[in-house]
Amino acid sequence: MNGAILPDSAHGLGVNGLSVVLGGHKVLKIPSLEVRPGEVLVIIGPNGSGKTTLLLSLASLLKPTTGTIQYQGAPYREGGSTLQLRRKFAVVFQEPLLLNTSVWDNVALGLRLRGIGRDETGARVRKWLGRFGIASLAKRQARSLSGGEAKRASLARAFALQPEVLFLDEPFTALDSPTRQTLIEDFESVLRETKVTTVMVTHDRTEALVLADRVAVLLHGCIRQIGAPEEVFAHPADEDIAGFVEAGSIVHGVVSSRSNGLVSIRTVAQDLRAVSTLALPEGTEATAYVRYEDVAISLPLPQSMTASTCNQPRGKIVKTSPVTGSLLKVTLDCGFTLAAIITKRSWQELGLELGKEVVATFKASSVHLLPTQSKPGAPLLLPTEPGR
Amino acid sequence: MGVLADGLVQAFQLLIHGDPKVIQIALLSLFVSGIATLLSLCVGIPVGSALGLARFPGRQILVSLVNTGMGAPPVVVGLVVTIFLWRSGPLGMLHLLYSPTAMIVAQFVIAFPVVAGFTLAAVQQLDPKLRLQIQALGASRVQMVWLLLKEARLPLFAAVMAGFGAVISEVGASMMVGGNISGQTRVLTTSIVAEAGRGDFALAIALSVILLTLVYLVNLVLTMVQQRSKSR
Repeated sequence: MNGAILPDSAHGLGVNGLSVVLGGHKVLKIPSLEVRPGEVLVIIGPNGSGKTTLLLSLASLLKPTTGTIQYQGAPYREGGSTLQLRRKFAVVFQEPLLLNTSVWDNVALGLRLRGIGRDETGARVRKWLGRFGIASLAKRQARSLSGGEAKRASLARAFALQPEVLFLDEPFTALDSPTRQTLIEDFESVLRETKVTTVMVTHDRTEALVLADRVAVLLHGCIRQIGAPEEVFAHPADEDIAGFVEAGSIVHGVVSSRSNGLVSIRTVAQDLRAVSTLALPEGTEATAYVRYEDVAISLPLPQSMTASTCNQPRGKIVKTSPVTGSLLKVTLDCGFTLAAIITKRSWQELGLELGKEVVATFKASSVHLLPTQSKPGAPLLLPTEPGR
Repeated sequence: MGVLADGLVQAFQLLIHGDPKVIQIALLSLFVSGIATLLSLCVGIPVGSALGLARFPGRQILVSLVNTGMGAPPVVVGLVVTIFLWRSGPLGMLHLLYSPTAMIVAQFVIAFPVVAGFTLAAVQQLDPKLRLQIQALGASRVQMVWLLLKEARLPLFAAVMAGFGAVISEVGASMMVGGNISGQTRVLTTSIVAEAGRGDFALAIALSVILLTLVYLVNLVLTMVQQRSKSR
């Protein structure tokens, strides 16, 4: 955790001592969490980490087992005030969940439930259908829409409510890639324009990078780190988080020497140098995290000059996988596994191919040392290819 | 074969000439079963929705009672209603036995579990997440139930058809609590039994044709409304 944030949320949402037990299992344990007014908080976590449960609790759709949640300083209560609270919020689920009626009626539904007059309802529905580019579908049956159109209708339905807080549960999954891309772009511009306080849960790290003001990492029902997306992806607080955000390689080793903040780490293969303020005495285990983006790949030179603040391990290319557009993730076997993200162009210019020997270059300041979790019997080196 | 042909010819004649007695019997059938169906909708839809949507202790038992009621033999229902309405019975002072009102009561008891059971099934087949979404849209409890019923309108029409079909065609209960009194409590089913018993097969067949035609027409209208509402 990057410093516990005390819920001082006179305006936003605050969580205190929240836990949720479902079917005898504690699925959520959140000592404290704050959603600041106007921010976009993206909660990322793998499947089964409790993301949806947390979102439903925050949206007052699920009563937590213990703890309180407050909005604008007032704790959630049962009874009539729940309805008043829900009418300040809007929720978009993974499935569009449209009712079996026209697109127009679907988008107007929440407004009608609130007893908002015909004229205003009409104006708002028209505005948001237009904003999401589905004005021409107003009279269509909701059930006849394609996946992307239905998702747009469900987003329009949420924004038409002009909510104070918007909740989204994996809104862009289950859409094909180009549809998803344009929808995320449209959604982002609407978010920036409305500045609505937003809580979104997703397992997709790139969505978090694009949309979030702050990212919270939820693992096994606990928020393990929260901060700016760059911060979380560049400096994951521990190995579990680093493993989930999957934005860099993880290399295990032992501290062999340290001087002037420069730490040398002995690995099974070549040594690494890291800049770290962690108090790691010689001989202790250390886990290094190197962001893919920070690693450059070049061809080995006859005699390479190695600056003391630079790492230049040699390795063989063992795997490549496309990232987005023009980028390529290249995995090297340097004795330990190391990956880099390079452009397809430089791949071609360097004449790289699988099995080729290359040099990976990254600064010592790009090596982020993680506090070592004591795992008895854990192998010294772990491959860094978890799941996807 | 001759009997069947005679019956069909006679049915045709009765329909063409508009025999006042037959018309009165057919209208009473429609009236009794129509009112009983309406009443069972008024009670069965709320009860079925509650059983389908709410979670409370004893719910399972109530659901199984409704399901049993869907298959309850009309003659047993008739017997129980008769006992209640009997001169010395708990409701004897109402003097309802052998009246159309008694038949409406008995048919209501038959149709109510059918309507409740169909409603229960209709709301349960809805996506449970839809409820969450409707709640999230800011629906009050009443608004939510209304929206869910609207969403389940197709199978709800089946509830109406099944309820009406169950009572227009039953004979045991109507015979028992109505008594098949000519001009008062004689309906199509009871008179078919009576005519067949007297050996007047032709008239029995004629009345059967009228009954089938009525059931068909009512269901035709309901089906048309149902299919039109499909995409509304």
